[in-house]
Amino acid sequence: MSGAMAKRLTIGILGSGKVGTVLARLALAAGHRVLISGSGDPAKIRLIVGVLAPGAEAVWSAEAARDADIVVLALPLGKLESVPVAELDGKVVVDAMNYWWEVDGIREDLTDPRVSTSERVQAFLPGSRVVKAFNHMGYHDLDEGPRPVGAVDRKAIAVAGDDAEAVASVSRLVDDLGFAVVSAGSLRDSIRLEPHAEAFGANEDAGTLADMMARFDETERGRAVAAARGADASV
Amino acid sequence: MNTVQFGLDTFGDVPTRDDGEVMSYPEAIRQVVDEAVVADELGVDVIALGEHHRPEYAVSSPDTVLAGIAGKTSRIRLGSGVTVLSSDDPVRVFQRFATVDALSNGRAEVILGRGSFTESFPLFGYDLADYDVLFDEKIALFAELLTEKPVTWSGTTRAALDNADVFPKTANGLATWVGVGGSPQSVIRTAQYGLPLMLAIIGGQPERFLPYMDLYRRAADQLGTTAHPIGVHSPGFVADTDEEAAEIVWPHMKVIRDRIGALRGWPPIQRHEFQAEIEHGSQYIGSPETVARKIAKTVSSLGVGRFDLIYTSGTVPASARLRNVELYGSKVLPMVKDILADSTNGTVAA
Ligand SMILES: NC(=O)c1ccc[n+]([C@@H]2O[C@H](COP(=O)([O-])OP(=O)(O)OC[C@H]3O[C@@H](n4cnc5c(N)ncnc54)[C@H](OP(=O)(O)O)[C@@H]3O)[C@@H](O)[C@H]2O)c1
Repeated sequence: MSGAMAKRLTIGILGSGKVGTVLARLALAAGHRVLISGSGDPAKIRLIVGVLAPGAEAVWSAEAARDADIVVLALPLGKLESVPVAELDGKVVVDAMNYWWEVDGIREDLTDPRVSTSERVQAFLPGSRVVKAFNHMGYHDLDEGPRPVGAVDRKAIAVAGDDAEAVASVSRLVDDLGFAVVSAGSLRDSIRLEPHAEAFGANEDAGTLADMMARFDETERGRAVAAARGADASV
Repeated sequence: MNTVQFGLDTFGDVPTRDDGEVMSYPEAIRQVVDEAVVADELGVDVIALGEHHRPEYAVSSPDTVLAGIAGKTSRIRLGSGVTVLSSDDPVRVFQRFATVDALSNGRAEVILGRGSFTESFPLFGYDLADYDVLFDEKIALFAELLTEKPVTWSGTTRAALDNADVFPKTANGLATWVGVGGSPQSVIRTAQYGLPLMLAIIGGQPERFLPYMDLYRRAADQLGTTAHPIGVHSPGFVADTDEEAAEIVWPHMKVIRDRIGALRGWPPIQRHEFQAEIEHGSQYIGSPETVARKIAKTVSSLGVGRFDLIYTSGTVPASARLRNVELYGSKVLPMVKDILADSTNGTVAA
């Protein structure tokens, strides 16, 4: 989608639900190899993958993690503990997950405004380089959204991370998949992309999305986060 | 028999009266009954009531309301959309709908679903953590019950059944669908039980769901079950002009969308997002011509066997709502049928 010849990567996607299958399709369309997994035996998802993301290979999560250049977490955040930590060591890991209480149950740790959920993911995967991306856009907008570079109606994806090199590779992937990149700062800053932030759900162009993040501190949610963080800067 | 069925769906949203006051719950329920009577007279094929347990909605017991409608109507089919099976007892669901089927001379049908709301879980003492296993086990049991023969079943989510016979029996079987949002796993599960699929398309381009429909058919093929005609339901509203329809709906849908969105962490909806859904998404809002064209396009591009319009949206005034039902039955559906008849006959119906 970027027009330039992108390097062919192997993208591992953990999760073959709504978001996982859409991202698989977009990555295939961009010319990448895709390994995708569900919660268990790949035999269970072969039909889904064959129909919704033809060309992607259904594998075990550990294989998807081990063999991929970039691994996307597209599973419920509440299931984080089930990802293959060892195989993700050293990898660039895209966190596309959100805390969704209806699926994940009521979790005090995941709603603490002092800590972004991507910081939690990074803490759980200390050997990985976690980058937040794709979480704020609904799966059907992701599906319909890809446009080539320069298209007037190109939509943007916010990318946040602490490792500059990892952020750069994920940004290239976002661009390959057909979206403009808006830099969203660190993992700590990625709370601006979570549920209850204005940018959550955003299916907007780069300027609009950047503006939403810039005014986060002035929003009710931004003030609540700042107050909580200010009250306890140690977290 | 390849005719497309057309329905009206509601959750029993509590409307406002003409004096601007919000209706009481009893009034809101009777309003739904009145609308069903009009829909029946105008030849709408089915009315489906969705179970909800929130203050904005009056229908928590669809089957009871359907029983009331049954006595006042003669041909419209009476459905739920959806029955939240996960937090209900499959045996009770079967019994209640079999009873409605008797009262209505075989017009009852049930759409089973997991529901897009979760209020029923704490209300009936279920744990959201069991979301998947509750639905998996209960739909398996329900599929057994549909045979109307004694059932032997055991699982973790309800008491075991040992050769239990369940009454009343129906005259011709209970029509049963499964309502699915966007989860591919749910599509496969529906095919596994050989039940018809009702897709909730509540945002984005309808054509996006073609792969899901393909998935359903291919799964049924692989599993050796029957792939039935697929249904879709989407929100909409008909008024005399496009502008009037959008103006009537917008303030009311915004209130309810923002209230429910806030629980999930979505910011308030913007007018341009609403407009985009009308223009190329899944809001069937406008004059009879506009809505008819859009429905016909969806029916033919997806090849579905049933299209239901979710015709209520928050506190939209009762009088406008009734007019919406009248226009849908008297103008939109005849136009849709004309458009479909004019287009290539072979491709329209599933
Ligand atoms: N829906 C959206 O519009 C949207 C948009 C942006 C981000 N997100 C986020 O993306 C994530 C996925 O959401 P979704 O809507 O795609 O959910 P979904 O349709 O329920 O799919 C979740 C998938 O995760 C799989 N899974 C569970 N545990 C796994 C594991 N240990 N390894 C690999 N896969 C595993 C599930 O497989 P099984 O079926 O085998 O359990 C399923 O395929 C969530 O965190 C969500 O918040 C969603």
